[in-house]
Amino acid sequence: MNGLVKLVDVSKRYADAAALHPTTLSIDRGQTTILIGPSGCGKSTLLRLIIRLIEPDSGSIEFDGEPITPGNINAIRRRIGYVIQEGGLFPHLTARANVLLMAHHVGKSREEMHKRLLELCELTRFSNNLLPRYPVELSGGQRQRVSLMRALMLSPELLLLDEPLGALDPLVRASLQNDLKEIFARLQQTALFVTHDLAEAIYFGDQIVLMNEGGIVQKGPVTDLRERPSDPFVSEFINAQRGLASL
Amino acid sequence: MNRIRKAGKEERAESGIQESKNGNLGIRLSLVSLFPDFFLLSCIPVFLICFASASAQPIVIGSKKFTESYVLAEIAKRALTDAGIPVEHRQGMGGTIILWQALRGGQIDAYPEYTGTIAQEILKGDHSSSLAEIRDSLAKFGVGMTESLGFNNTYALVMRRSETQRLGVRTISDLRRYPELKVGLTHEFLDRQDGWQPLRDRYALPQRNVIGIDHALGYSALANGSIDVKDAYSTDAKIEQNDLVALEDDLQFFPKYEAIFLFRLSMPADAIAALRRLEGTLNEKRMIRLNAEAERAKNYARAADLYFERGVGSRNTVGESFPKKLVRWTLRHLQLAGFSLLLSMIVGIPLGIVASRGGAIGQAILGFASIVQTIPSLAMLALLVPIPFFGISVRTAIAALFLYGLLPIVRNTASGLQDIPRAMRESAIALGLSPIARLWEIYLPIASRSILSGIKTSAVINIGTATLAALIGAGGLGEPILSGLNLNDRVTILEGAIPAALLALLVQWIFDLLDRVLIPKGLRL
Repeated sequence: MNGLVKLVDVSKRYADAAALHPTTLSIDRGQTTILIGPSGCGKSTLLRLIIRLIEPDSGSIEFDGEPITPGNINAIRRRIGYVIQEGGLFPHLTARANVLLMAHHVGKSREEMHKRLLELCELTRFSNNLLPRYPVELSGGQRQRVSLMRALMLSPELLLLDEPLGALDPLVRASLQNDLKEIFARLQQTALFVTHDLAEAIYFGDQIVLMNEGGIVQKGPVTDLRERPSDPFVSEFINAQRGLASL
Repeated sequence: MNRIRKAGKEERAESGIQESKNGNLGIRLSLVSLFPDFFLLSCIPVFLICFASASAQPIVIGSKKFTESYVLAEIAKRALTDAGIPVEHRQGMGGTIILWQALRGGQIDAYPEYTGTIAQEILKGDHSSSLAEIRDSLAKFGVGMTESLGFNNTYALVMRRSETQRLGVRTISDLRRYPELKVGLTHEFLDRQDGWQPLRDRYALPQRNVIGIDHALGYSALANGSIDVKDAYSTDAKIEQNDLVALEDDLQFFPKYEAIFLFRLSMPADAIAALRRLEGTLNEKRMIRLNAEAERAKNYARAADLYFERGVGSRNTVGESFPKKLVRWTLRHLQLAGFSLLLSMIVGIPLGIVASRGGAIGQAILGFASIVQTIPSLAMLALLVPIPFFGISVRTAIAALFLYGLLPIVRNTASGLQDIPRAMRESAIALGLSPIARLWEIYLPIASRSILSGIKTSAVINIGTATLAALIGAGGLGEPILSGLNLNDRVTILEGAIPAALLALLVQWIFDLLDRVLIPKGLRL
């Protein structure tokens, strides 16, 4: 398996505590990798280190065989899509302008942009008619669809999703889960998906990475985690969530 | 009275401005177009300035902020005009030191002064300097002095006539018997070397209840009994008008104050000659009459007419009509406020962007802008006037207004940027936008409401504060306010104060409209 992103001994400390202990991880192409764990386990930190919203204290991160440096980070960011819980849409731009922002910047032609926009609307089941609206005029689910379109606009090699469905009500969430899974399959999208919900992890994950207290506890297919737990915490985490789900 | 009066404590007019946060519909424009729009808006006054300063180099006569000085300067203006010399009168520029520095700096060419003041305040010599000695000392500064215009205008202490009769007070020495009398003095007289402190020591005066008050306001205070004694000058027409008595200086404390003109020795010879023709042409009685006429007619040029015996009927040759004056004041006012606002924006927005990043530099910027804001506006003018580039000029007024306009813009820009939610900030970074694109296309538009409201605050404050520009002869709607204050004439004060207030309202209203155009629609929903 060739890794699209490779982290080697990457660590991050905040003032008083280690957010991420030295960690090594490879994100495989064409797969959905799930980062899961309790709050504060370092899963978001790991994601934010890859897109360089925070600087690692040690270790190296490679993207497509190339070490990420301050010099190439903006070029690499354009090859990565990033979706967060609250969407992070820019309130002064319409849905259309949010989606097209980067395409404008890299100088795509008008026809090309228009074509891609229609493709994305179809892909994310977002109605054309809503494109002229501003973020405040859209529902939470619609905003996440726009956010996803914005992330996919430049056909990124990697999609980073930081609890993208966390703030949605259950019905909307279920329908977006379906759509997302379909999209990943259609695009054969390499994705790194952060969640704290085991059911969601199992639904999406080819590969599940379970984290706790700033480190990776176990990784592998969900059956591995269930049947061959490397640590009592793995069983504890899986059973706690399973218990909730069976209620 | 005051040979010079510092205008009392003027508080900068702080209009309580509130941002209206109403969601209005309008046309969405990206912030990129915000700046060009402001440029256009603010450029109008710049063009006006260019027009205004296009004329040839006239002789500039200055005057201090009191009636007699205005009248003498008008007389000089007339004398030079009659000699065919282009001349301009900068009215009521302030006190002795400001005029003296303006003269030395070449911003004015001549102004009326008094020998006692020159000895005491300018040369800081002793009382007994002869005219010849004074003239020699002045020459070292490149300044010449005419002979006496013919009258001695010395300081005096004045009281209500009824009060002097009741108490039996005739001389300054008599005041010793009444320590409870309330004394109201001009700020300059309080500080002068030949002012209150040495006067009190010489006469051993016991009064402790002493306040500083503007000269013209002091007459009202005297009339209504808020004070009992004030300083005046012996040719002040108000002494007679208000039925006041000047107490005899029985210990001969006050030096002689012969009225003369100071002028730059580099001034053209024909201009000097025209000024010298005024020597010895006035006496105390005649000066009192001219002062009284100026105050009665509320028109200094008219008093100058009287001097040249053009008669009382020449009013229409004298004044501009009120609408014309109003237009002139208002345009100048807009020039001052508009140009300074433009500078505040050009400097303040980038400073606010730097300050929004926090750290020591950010703290320093906000600290500096806050400190500037606490400097009283009169003190600010006094600080700027001695700087050679500024002096007594429109530049000084604009610089002061610019500094005052800085804080609201810097602070609102910084806080507007700091208040952008982390999710949006990080989304802009994660998309791979360059730092400049992030700032220009994302951060500034999102902060636009806060930035605009800072600009609006500055604009309204500037309109109010610009009235003070008249203190240094920079004109504007402060001109009628100052001369009204000086003439103790409410109507004249209102001629400036009402338009200034309306202007502030208008500006507020225009900015409310601009909000709808310039704040992106997505932020107003």
